[in-house]
Amino acid sequence: MTQIVGGIGTSHVPAVGAAIDNGKQDEPYWRPFFDKIQPAREWMAAEQPDVCIIVYNDHASAFSLQLIPTFALGVAAEFRPADEGYGPRRVPTVAGHPELAWHLAESLIGDEFDITIVNKMDVDHGLTVPLSVMYGQPGAWPCRVIPICVNVIQYPPPSGKRCLSLGRAIRRALDSYEGSDAEGLRIAVFGTGGMSHQLQGERAGLVNPDFDSAFMDELIAEPDAGCLRPHTEYIREAGSEGIELVMWFVMRGVLDDQVDEVYRMNHVPTSNTSNGLLILQNAQ
Amino acid sequence: MATARDYDDIPGTYVFDGRRSQQGYHLNMFCMSLNDEANRERFRADEAAYLDGFDLTPQQRTAVLERDWLGLLQLGGNIYYTFKLAIFDGLSMQDVGGAMSGVSGGEFAQMMIDGGRSIEGNRRVEEPTGTRSSTGHTS
Repeated sequence: MTQIVGGIGTSHVPAVGAAIDNGKQDEPYWRPFFDKIQPAREWMAAEQPDVCIIVYNDHASAFSLQLIPTFALGVAAEFRPADEGYGPRRVPTVAGHPELAWHLAESLIGDEFDITIVNKMDVDHGLTVPLSVMYGQPGAWPCRVIPICVNVIQYPPPSGKRCLSLGRAIRRALDSYEGSDAEGLRIAVFGTGGMSHQLQGERAGLVNPDFDSAFMDELIAEPDAGCLRPHTEYIREAGSEGIELVMWFVMRGVLDDQVDEVYRMNHVPTSNTSNGLLILQNAQ
Repeated sequence: MATARDYDDIPGTYVFDGRRSQQGYHLNMFCMSLNDEANRERFRADEAAYLDGFDLTPQQRTAVLERDWLGLLQLGGNIYYTFKLAIFDGLSMQDVGGAMSGVSGGEFAQMMIDGGRSIEGNRRVEEPTGTRSSTGHTS
């Protein structure tokens, strides 16, 4: 049977990827942030997940307004870094896990989550920056990845409740996986995006660390209450792009009802964003 | 589709809902096209001619050519799409954030270092405060 090593909530700020790619970690602006994520990297190095399920959103890279799946599951053997306008990030190609991903597709759809199946998809900073946050700059990513892409660009995104339910359905799928490598397969799940930030309009630059802290507390202790937060409350309190935080509920749903907090940090700012990172494990 | 939304009173915020998506589809698809290096080269060579290939309104076309970052949002642009144009220009999100909120990129970056724009006074357009931009009403 598969083993859930933990859940990671993390922002996916493109400037963090650029700082890593361009060797800026030791600059005064960046050093405090990278010091704060070091404990998370050490946890990741100790846990060594075989597969990371990364819940993220595409930012006009693989999907455009032409086609807007609410939930899309990548079943390919590999996913290449997307050209977001600068040329692709110079990071390794992401290796998929088709056998497990197809099991997820079958299980989720059987479980009434009508997910979109994707065989070819480039992955942008929404997915690759969380890998960089947790792994730094390896020559190859030390895990296989199953991307789950959530629409949070075209309003309305799915509700937090739906995201939590999807996470629980993913957990049922993982628990029923009987693939060739299922025994002892170590799985981590990422919920990415957020925390509070607003990129657009005259209110650009809004952050709300008090909201972010309360969000983490509620995600941990009362996910069934926290998932009911209306979209407008995210937009108002956490900024228009803070609504990405619904994706953290997918991660939370994969975990047990009772979880232990392993690590958390919040850092303002990285670029225009209140950057948060949270690691949870099923309660011992 | 309902005409009034409960987020319409959030200042300086252009929620990219179905109304804006309809208005900005072609504008955003133009921006999306700049993901492709060959298209970036064509746009660099002759911006106006390249824009002829997209069904933009005259106002949208002008906003693109003049890099009116706030105007692009008001004409249906989505920030993740319009930022493709900023990337093309070599601008950062601080530069664009500053342009949309009426300060320089450097001033915007300093505001972020100083803790960012406060939520206090920025929740609703009617909140009495001196810190909020007076041009923030979106509807």
